[in-house]
Amino acid sequence: MAVTKTSEAFVPARPAGPLTRWGLRHIATSVGALGRLASQPFASLMTIMVIAVTLALPAAAHVIIKNVQSLSGSWENALDFSLYLVEGTSADDATRIAELIRQRADVQAVTLILSDQALEEFKSQSGFGEALDYLSVNPLPHTVVVRPASSNTEQSLTLMHEELANLPETDFLQADTEWVQRFHAILDMVQRAITIGAALLAAAIVVIIGNTIRLDIQNRREEIEVTKLIGASNGFVRRPFLYSGLWYGLGGGLLALLLVAYGMFALKDPVGRLAGLYNSSFSVLSLSLTESLAIVGTGVALGLAGSWLAVARHLRRVEPR
Amino acid sequence: MIRLEDVSKRFPGGQEALRNLTMSVEKGEMVFVTGHSGAGKSTLLRLIALIERPTGGQVIVDGQNTRRVSRRKIPAYRRQIGMVFQDHKLLYDRSVFDNVGLPLVIAGVSHRDAARKVRAALDQVGLLQKEKRKPETLSTGEQQRVGIARAIVSRPKLLIADEPTGNLDPDLSLEVMRIFRRFNEVGVTLLIASHDIALIDQLGCRRIPLENGAVKVEEEEDFVAEYADEIGIVPEPRRWR
Repeated sequence: MAVTKTSEAFVPARPAGPLTRWGLRHIATSVGALGRLASQPFASLMTIMVIAVTLALPAAAHVIIKNVQSLSGSWENALDFSLYLVEGTSADDATRIAELIRQRADVQAVTLILSDQALEEFKSQSGFGEALDYLSVNPLPHTVVVRPASSNTEQSLTLMHEELANLPETDFLQADTEWVQRFHAILDMVQRAITIGAALLAAAIVVIIGNTIRLDIQNRREEIEVTKLIGASNGFVRRPFLYSGLWYGLGGGLLALLLVAYGMFALKDPVGRLAGLYNSSFSVLSLSLTESLAIVGTGVALGLAGSWLAVARHLRRVEPR
Repeated sequence: MIRLEDVSKRFPGGQEALRNLTMSVEKGEMVFVTGHSGAGKSTLLRLIALIERPTGGQVIVDGQNTRRVSRRKIPAYRRQIGMVFQDHKLLYDRSVFDNVGLPLVIAGVSHRDAARKVRAALDQVGLLQKEKRKPETLSTGEQQRVGIARAIVSRPKLLIADEPTGNLDPDLSLEVMRIFRRFNEVGVTLLIASHDIALIDQLGCRRIPLENGAVKVEEEEDFVAEYADEIGIVPEPRRWR
């Protein structure tokens, strides 16, 4: 009987390449580190929570600033010039001037409010009503309300402002851009402050993770000694701790995303209602994909940095006795 | 396999653990280092394992002068030597299987090879049935056998053991020594520190008695006395069976 044996004893075991082995070892170590965190769920969760809150604070501040910026940006676009014409300009002239301005490429819309019209409006809205009837002449000028096109830059707006102000029929040009500029300066300052705060919080995360890993090293001192005693290299001993730091950072980053997303979700309705009251269609901007990735990436990087610090400082000292 | 030339070890406190010790262990030998506690047995083994460095003299292991093993190379050096400890030094949060497999994991042996080698090692110490147990559920004797399995799992040429039977009763001690004896029969060199003279006599292996950090001349033992001069002075020891 011819026996064709193809059992695995005869098939040479395919030796795993060094790279595959390296990869497998890393996967095993990272899973092992994750398992170790999972074996102490409460303590691990506390650490991750601290990191998440620390990451979520600057992230949330960033999102709020981003929203305010987009909101004030829409104000800037809707910034109107009010052009008061000199006294004595006829209604026809006023119409002609309004028409001229309307033809400018950098103007989106022009509304002409004739003085009679303005007086009527004033009468009905101010409540002075009949008192105004005693005026012999209408003291109000014709007004041209100019809405610049949204394509305008700050420079072109300044230029337009100058040109409109220099028209011979212009008595007074009101363009209240100053407060918007001030507001933007404040926003810039707040943003800078947030950046500084974020840097401090990042340092805090490094310290928190570093300290957690340091305690972990202390708790596992005996284990480290034994593994070193039977020939483990520093790299071998270091790896699980670095992975712990990585997991803490990753967990913290993901949880921070959740916190920010939840916060935005909770704000969405009230903000929408408020915007509705102002007849605005403003809606809350949440984190973009890039920003989300940046938060998680920051968490991971800080986690690694913290654990690296702890490991570099404390692991070397653990030698078998 | 092991050669110590004029080795001294003085601790920072000024205490001298070894004084000009010269001795050697041939390939394939099974040798006991005896003496009271504090005689320098442990220090001797620690020098061989490079846990300590000598303050004087040379320690040569398998042709390698330990002076030339840099700090970075110590892990690779230790992987060549199997070590057994009196307190087993097992990891109590891992199974017997994982404990025995640890040197293979450290060496980066693939999982399949590792599993096979771990089972072979456990089989040799008679613990194949208990691979899934945690060390603390085992008796002291069994724990020591786990420690031995871990020491031999990567098939080292040299095995050193520091009081491996220190915590065991005579029956278990003899069993452990028999296991060692079997390794010796397949060519493993063993250097065992022990103070259990009765047990060693039963095995009939060569002894290197230490006293105050040097080789002691034992007069009361006939066969030792016969070679006392050689043990004490001549660096090349003889082998007894």
